[in-house]
Amino acid sequence: MFDILRKSLSTGIVTVPFPPPASSPGLRGAPEINFEEWKDARPATAICPTGAIAAEDRNGTRSVTLDLGKCIFCGLCAEADPAIRMTHKTELAMRKRADLCTTAKYALNSQGAQERLLELAGQEYIQGAPSSRSAGRRCSSTPDPRPSSFDSLGSDLQDRIRKTFGRSLHIREVDAGSCNGCEVEIVGLNSPIYDIERFGIHFVASPRHADMLLVTGPVSRNMELALRKTYDAIPEPRLVVAVGACGCSGGIFGQNYASLGGVDRVLPVDVYVPGCPPTPLALLQGILLAIGKGCQMPKNQVNR
Amino acid sequence: MTTLYDPARILAALQPAFADLTDRFGSRIQAIEAPRPNEVYLQVQMDLVSGLCAQLYRKWQARLVSVFADDVREAAGVFHVYYVLALDAAQGFFVLRVPLTPEQGKVVSLANALPAVNWQEREIQDLFGIPLGGHPNPRRCALHDDWPEVHPLRKDFDVKTALPPFQGERHKFRKVEGEGVFQVPVGPVHAGIIEPGHFLFSVAGEPVLYLQIRLFYTHKGTEKLFENLPVSHGVRLAESISGDSSFAHATAFCHAIERASGIEAPPRARALRTVCLELERLYNHIADIGAIATDVAFVVANAHAMRLKETVLRLNGQLTGNRLLRGMACPGGVRFDWTTEQIKTISNFVRDLMPEFDSLVTLISESSSTRDRLETTGILTPKTARDLGVTGLAGRASGFNGDLRRDFPHTAYDQVQFTVPVYQEGDVLRRMQVRIDEVRQSLSIIEQVLARLPQGPVQVKVPDLHPGAVALGYVEGWRGEIFHWIRAAGPQRLARCKIKDPSLQNWPALSEAILGNIIPDFPVVNKSFNLSYSGTDR
Ligand code: SF4
Repeated sequence: MFDILRKSLSTGIVTVPFPPPASSPGLRGAPEINFEEWKDARPATAICPTGAIAAEDRNGTRSVTLDLGKCIFCGLCAEADPAIRMTHKTELAMRKRADLCTTAKYALNSQGAQERLLELAGQEYIQGAPSSRSAGRRCSSTPDPRPSSFDSLGSDLQDRIRKTFGRSLHIREVDAGSCNGCEVEIVGLNSPIYDIERFGIHFVASPRHADMLLVTGPVSRNMELALRKTYDAIPEPRLVVAVGACGCSGGIFGQNYASLGGVDRVLPVDVYVPGCPPTPLALLQGILLAIGKGCQMPKNQVNR
Repeated sequence: MTTLYDPARILAALQPAFADLTDRFGSRIQAIEAPRPNEVYLQVQMDLVSGLCAQLYRKWQARLVSVFADDVREAAGVFHVYYVLALDAAQGFFVLRVPLTPEQGKVVSLANALPAVNWQEREIQDLFGIPLGGHPNPRRCALHDDWPEVHPLRKDFDVKTALPPFQGERHKFRKVEGEGVFQVPVGPVHAGIIEPGHFLFSVAGEPVLYLQIRLFYTHKGTEKLFENLPVSHGVRLAESISGDSSFAHATAFCHAIERASGIEAPPRARALRTVCLELERLYNHIADIGAIATDVAFVVANAHAMRLKETVLRLNGQLTGNRLLRGMACPGGVRFDWTTEQIKTISNFVRDLMPEFDSLVTLISESSSTRDRLETTGILTPKTARDLGVTGLAGRASGFNGDLRRDFPHTAYDQVQFTVPVYQEGDVLRRMQVRIDEVRQSLSIIEQVLARLPQGPVQVKVPDLHPGAVALGYVEGWRGEIFHWIRAAGPQRLARCKIKDPSLQNWPALSEAILGNIIPDFPVVNKSFNLSYSGTDR
């Protein structure tokens, strides 16, 4: 008994503050594309194992999308293409799936390389520069406060959720087909290092006790029903957080005969947490974002 | 007999067994190929398989480590069924290749003699539609009962096929009846943060009479996805077979590619791989030791274990950019070299972890109530373990004296000294003890590797693969032996990748170990095996 106490006391406090003072050193985070200088997306699209960088050519223009909901942060694109570099950004949770994507349009030359940027993140470009300074893509820095599945239900429900869950939240974790990588990190949230209970958040054994479903994995065909049933067993109002590249989009497994793809193919999702797997801090950020604490990175800075 | 091989090329240690087989079965062996000295393919008809296996088992102490099929109907008009037998003492493999015609071919089950192949044979039936004869329980396994008549690993099945939505569970569990017998269903969604699977306990009062395990909930088409995949994408997919073994699976995959193209990773890369494999073992073993303590309500020990696990994950992040070591593996070596500073960080880390780990072990071993809960709980006897072919750490706690790192060394394992812990008792305590011993061995292995770290490149270019080239890659992951078997389609593409995670072999052992125990002990017994659902289901 005394030995246990002595050991605990001599160990001291190991919990990391949140938000953390600095992002974890050395971790490969989201890739960043220098869209203005980008000459050719094809090497990156060919090497990307998940289709997170995908291009479509039509009538001499190319539309390229970087989708952080698919990206596994492997860094292969950055090795193949000098216009891409890997950042250390790992806390990337977003309320809307579309906010994880950045699309650029280019005019192509006769060799199929990109000659001119026409449009970036909805912003028109004329001669390589944004068409109007005030409407530049960095202007909207206020995060969108609405979780997408509640769009139609109005903001009062949103307020109610924050009031209801603001102080305490019970989470039921469901692996809907993951590789168990996400579980390795989710378990860490209960460790003294990340200590999720300090936020009043607990993992519970039954969906009946839960307010939030934390779902990992591409939803496998064999798990779809169990996932739906678990969701139905949670009393309303309830939140769903999709975890990892697979939870966001199906990840490297995508959609196939046995995998339905991302969690939002089956349930309404309130927050998407990219990563392969997301770090515990990225998970914390996503969970807190869902209950209206913390904030998401301004959308247009994610990819820049 | 066609001789597509040079007998002199076969590993000397395999020669006696090889001579015995050719003596005995000579004319009935249709072809022999030895693409690598320790990997000898014997083509035979189905009716010879059980005789060959029996001979190899009895006389040469072989173990059947993988059974799978491959669809080569387009090129050869047949399916191939493969039986991979490992001869630990000879450090080599015999691979039986059985051609089966689509019309009449039938797999004759070995499950009665070798229960270990139970699921593997049924998987062939599910995924290839090759009939299975003589199996004691030939029901579906990989594809659940509501699946339509599809055979996803046939080449004419499109990976993107959209199947009708899941209609509901139709599985019939076996009935267990008797006075006072209750059924307790658990899953597929469990109470903890773990993967999905269904357990049906039949209990009489407290003790468990029978446990039925139903898996493959996380089947997500992984092996199918490998078909036609460029090799570079394959590595990333291999990292997602079982997240907690990302590096081990990726390395087994790279090993297969390297063997198929006849190269070896340079010495420094092999050393770095060894360190990564051991780091993966470290964080998993430490986490499991903590989790086992939690499951018998010693939560403080788990808090310390989680703290130590986190230090390993952070080191992983610093060394490879990813906390689960993802992105590091690549065929021909590793992607990133480490600076002197990083290597210093590892040495310091090992030095600091040793006393911390010792103090964690002391904490647990001095708690007599913990020991009391773990000792004689969930016993898997050496005999049952042998019958089921249980491998890896679970096997070593039940008398299995095998470890690919020692018996089939590659990477840098032939250059370091370590011992393989083996216990006979087979209870939860011994499965924890194996982990404790192995953590210490791992730390020492890392120190030894770093002390003699070779200089030079960490990557060589992998030459193009010959279409049709086949190779077996293998790695002892933290859980046990991992096999990847590949067949190349083109210079940089795959036609097939068969993945064998040790979990597939070890799951049935859980049903045996839990017998006579009480349900409240199931979590700790399950944790002591800590098998991968995803690695099994793929
Ligand atoms: S880092 Fe992301 S975008 Fe780049 S290749 Fe990897 S998965 Fe694709």
